[in-house]
Amino acid sequence: MSALPGNAAESFLLAPGQTYSSVTKAVSAISLHRRFGRYWLIGLAIALALCSLLLFGVGWLLHQGVGIWGINMPVAWAFAICDYVWWIGIGMGGTFISGALYLARKNWRSSINRYAEAMTVFAVAVSGIFPILHLGRPWFFYWLFPYPDVMNVWPQWRSSLEWDFFAILAYLSVSILYWYVGMIPDLATLRDHAPTLRTARFYGFLALGWRGEARQWRRFESLSLLLAGLAVPLVFSVHSMVALDFSEAAAPGWHSTIFPPFFVAGALFSGFAMVLVLGIPMRRMLGLEDYITGRHLNNLAKVMLAAGLVVAYGYLSEMFSAFYSMDRYELAVTLRRLMGAYAWTFWGTIACNVLSIQLLWFARLRSNDAVLFGIALAVLIGMWLERFMLIVTTLYQDFVPSSWGMYYPTFWDIAFLIGSIGLFLLMFLLFVRILPVVSMFELRKLVSKGEGGTA
Amino acid sequence: MSASQTKGLLVEFASGEELLSAVRRVRRELPSVALEAYSPCALEGMDEALGYRRDAVAGWMLLGAVIGGVGTYALEWYSAVFNYPINVGGRPTASWPAFLPPALEMTVLGAAVFGVLAMLIGNGLPRLNHPLFDVKAFERASADRFFMVARLDAPDIDLQTLRELCRSLSALAVEEVAQ
Repeated sequence: MSALPGNAAESFLLAPGQTYSSVTKAVSAISLHRRFGRYWLIGLAIALALCSLLLFGVGWLLHQGVGIWGINMPVAWAFAICDYVWWIGIGMGGTFISGALYLARKNWRSSINRYAEAMTVFAVAVSGIFPILHLGRPWFFYWLFPYPDVMNVWPQWRSSLEWDFFAILAYLSVSILYWYVGMIPDLATLRDHAPTLRTARFYGFLALGWRGEARQWRRFESLSLLLAGLAVPLVFSVHSMVALDFSEAAAPGWHSTIFPPFFVAGALFSGFAMVLVLGIPMRRMLGLEDYITGRHLNNLAKVMLAAGLVVAYGYLSEMFSAFYSMDRYELAVTLRRLMGAYAWTFWGTIACNVLSIQLLWFARLRSNDAVLFGIALAVLIGMWLERFMLIVTTLYQDFVPSSWGMYYPTFWDIAFLIGSIGLFLLMFLLFVRILPVVSMFELRKLVSKGEGGTA
Repeated sequence: MSASQTKGLLVEFASGEELLSAVRRVRRELPSVALEAYSPCALEGMDEALGYRRDAVAGWMLLGAVIGGVGTYALEWYSAVFNYPINVGGRPTASWPAFLPPALEMTVLGAAVFGVLAMLIGNGLPRLNHPLFDVKAFERASADRFFMVARLDAPDIDLQTLRELCRSLSALAVEEVAQ
């Protein structure tokens, strides 16, 4: 990797002169000694306010029903499904970093995998709210689970919505296990450095008595490797199943074999964008520049660019197959996307997801935190618009013109979207405050390999 | 601590390489001594030095995967073919391609749950307290120090021999522990 002149940090995975103790001290001090100042509290206040909005919205929804949203016939899926797909897609970036990059022995994942995994857990948890609330009678959501009930009915195994339930269940559980187990050695470090007995007890309880014995490490490493191996097919299958929710339906614009890979690429794209959006302010505010360096951001930006190009190919391929098939309904949907009532969502998607990322070809822009942050934010917005565009443009004018209709979001649609962002933010802020944000034992491995200080 | 309570020696090192060579040397000179090595991150070559060959995590994960996958598929088959068959235009009730996605997800979940349990149980966790936590210096085992515990279990080893050997290593400190 070529370093830019005047930006020495570019070529380091770990700032020079790092040792086992400096790594331990710097990272554990964030959880144990750091005083979280104004910005954290402001963030917390905003997150709590948005969470209350969400909570209030959920209460209102349980009381009134899904009619508080703007959904109706023919657009019966809108914001809730957009939000769901958006959040679960964001989650995928973290699993990819911890799984695929681990298998590929990419050292640069070591200092970003912890917070990326946390991001995954929180994003998947937030995403799971939406399909349940969208059920109409959310208190019966457990009917999706095959349990021995007195009604003597079973879930419909052939429905992609049922597959989705299993996919979310497995994905959330495996993400939590992976994240927590990977944190155990670091929790033990916090236990051993805790200033008070109360803190030591808290972390000691979470660390389960980890001692770092060679046999413990051996099993730990075996498990990490195998979980990484499982995580990769898991994320691919989960997001493919999200795509099957659409492509299993015989609706023009959805019924397409490219959907699963296209959705997987989109998920990866938005996941890496969120890793950047969280990482850029976090490393500055917590003073983690020695561990999350310009080289990490640079690499993340490159992966985001690559994933974005695959997504752009997906748009092109959908368009091509519509014209190539000359199917009148496929053509109608495609033309509606380009020029219909919701054309602005299509062109907004193109501007955010295809055009904005072209700036990432330039190394100078990739090393500029503000530009990178802006592009990543644009990608997150673009990926949300893309889901809206895919869902609503297919639904609002279906086969029978007499049933055509427009969709307009209500106050509650927007409240649930920003409320879910608040819930995610709340969980992330608490994570940053309480748990080790960078994997210390993996940094020690980098130190022992002589990464610190080698250009 | 009186000599009769002493169950082993805790030897502290400043680096992983020193710990590794100490383990190798003790294994060579006193092969019957049971050794434990503590480090703040996994050390390459430590398994071989201590003579560990296999761990059971992978086997348990395979078992979990089979139980999760086959179990889910069997449940789907039982419910759709046997317990509550629905005839939809004469299509086969055992629609196996549609049964695969849940079975696949539960395969992964089963493997992960069994793997985590195998790791924890194999490692004797959770065990919130341990005699080694009473040793003040051991706090640094999770940060920047490396420890070896040489146990006095074997009948042919006396404390004196072991202590002399440990003192001759490039150790920072040698302590007696009642582990």
